[in-house]
Amino acid sequence: MAEGGSPGSRPYWLSAPGLVLFATLLGVPLFTTLMLSFYSFDYATGGIQTDFTPANYLEIFQDSYFHLIFGRTFGVALLVTLICALIGAPEAYILARMRNPWKSLFLLVILGPLLISVIVRTLGWALLLGSKGAISEGLQMLGIISDPISLMFTTTGMVIALVHVLVPFMVLSVWASLQKLDLQTEDAALTLGASRFTVLRRVVLPQIMPGILSGSLIVFALTASAFATPSIIGGRRLKVVATTAYDEYLSTLNWPLGAAIAVVLLVANVIAITSYNRMVERRYAKIFE
Amino acid sequence: MRRNGWPEMLFHGLFVIFILAPIVAVFVVSFTDKGYLSVPTDGPSLRWFRAILDYPGFIDAFWMSLYLGLASATLATLLAIPAASAIARYRFPGRGMISAFFMSPLMIPHIVLGVSFLKFFSDIGISGTFFGIMLAHVVLITPYALRLVLSSITGLPRDAEQAAATLGAPPFTVFRRVTLPLILPGIVGGWMLAFITSFDEVTMSIFVASPETMTLPVRMYHHIAQTIDPLIASISTVLIVMTLIMMIILDRLYGLDRLLVGKG
Repeated sequence: MAEGGSPGSRPYWLSAPGLVLFATLLGVPLFTTLMLSFYSFDYATGGIQTDFTPANYLEIFQDSYFHLIFGRTFGVALLVTLICALIGAPEAYILARMRNPWKSLFLLVILGPLLISVIVRTLGWALLLGSKGAISEGLQMLGIISDPISLMFTTTGMVIALVHVLVPFMVLSVWASLQKLDLQTEDAALTLGASRFTVLRRVVLPQIMPGILSGSLIVFALTASAFATPSIIGGRRLKVVATTAYDEYLSTLNWPLGAAIAVVLLVANVIAITSYNRMVERRYAKIFE
Repeated sequence: MRRNGWPEMLFHGLFVIFILAPIVAVFVVSFTDKGYLSVPTDGPSLRWFRAILDYPGFIDAFWMSLYLGLASATLATLLAIPAASAIARYRFPGRGMISAFFMSPLMIPHIVLGVSFLKFFSDIGISGTFFGIMLAHVVLITPYALRLVLSSITGLPRDAEQAAATLGAPPFTVFRRVTLPLILPGIVGGWMLAFITSFDEVTMSIFVASPETMTLPVRMYHHIAQTIDPLIASISTVLIVMTLIMMIILDRLYGLDRLLVGKG
């Protein structure tokens, strides 16, 4: 730009090292895995046949076992996204209206867990959700239940832990959109006689909606492909797509089927992200025209 | 601006309890004096922290994660700096595609990266090696480094660089003496975010690590999949404390919200 005229080959030389690395280490492995997904696995010999067949994909799309797993994964992802939006957005709004030092302190408390290993956070939930955990003991003490309950290996437990792992992304995303919002527009609306509820609905919500939408996208994509938390909290009993692919690779050793599951997950994720982006863009293009 | 009323503060209180509950649970259990999971009743005991030293597997895994994070974050940042200056400074055919390509690992589920690297590395004969895992981590974390370096270069006024160039400094000197010091906070922030992401990564690393090159989160995952005991809680507590220290440094240095916007 500032060099004037054509930049020539300079930008290509500058990005070349990264591009070469990415092409070899991203392009080639993904293509190899795509090829692998069309091969077949011989259970008798444990070998991989390099024939070219859509059999693995037909199995995934026809077998009710895989319908259950994909249904559970995307169902949980939708539920987690919804809960994150319902609790994360109000929390971000409350944070934005706090004063320092409380504002910075609680922002640190809520965003900090993003830096703590997901294994550690999931371990915490495993401790809380078990039959001797704080939730079971607490509910017994309050007299709500009489016998110990365990939320380990249940969908409820999995959803609670996933919401905890992912809600900071929602708070962060809404927080970022609140930074651009002029909180005085609320005062203006109130002065003009709008009720508090009307202010929230007509003034605040439309302004933070882009933040909620982009936060939802991040939360959905990350939940749909989550591995560690569903694996520890859900165990073998509640398999999701990522844990199923893991088992095909490292227990059954049926790499071709595992590869096909991975490809379906990747394609579903990319379709979800791009169509969602397009939908959001169209909606907001209308508003800002 | 309106203040928060009591319903808001109640909601906020419950939210904070929810966020802190599992972390506090790990912390409390790790101080137990019993041989099984329980809340310490007769005062805190350091028994399970001393026990960590008897498990060289976890100690080795810690060093492995540390070296891996240092090496891959440094490599990723070195790739990100020239790429970011190309994307921020020039308009050229393919610019949008190149930048989307660099960001693409963010869109790919880690499990997909893991299985792809597993196959690729065993094909070329570097499966389970430190070199292989490092390359995999570089791909994974480059987008984080790139994003923060990119935002710091984009916001940079060009006057100082032009002044230096006019006064006869060769392009590399301009970069080293003028540009680099100005974008250093972005580089440091990007490096740190890349390091943390590498250090914490578990899903992809499970596929590329061998027993000799196992990272700490991978070893912890395998341990938890077998049994949950006070030992794993005490290891987790050590990690929580280390993360806490780093978090405070990062917040002072950069602002946690500004840094983490790049993580999504």
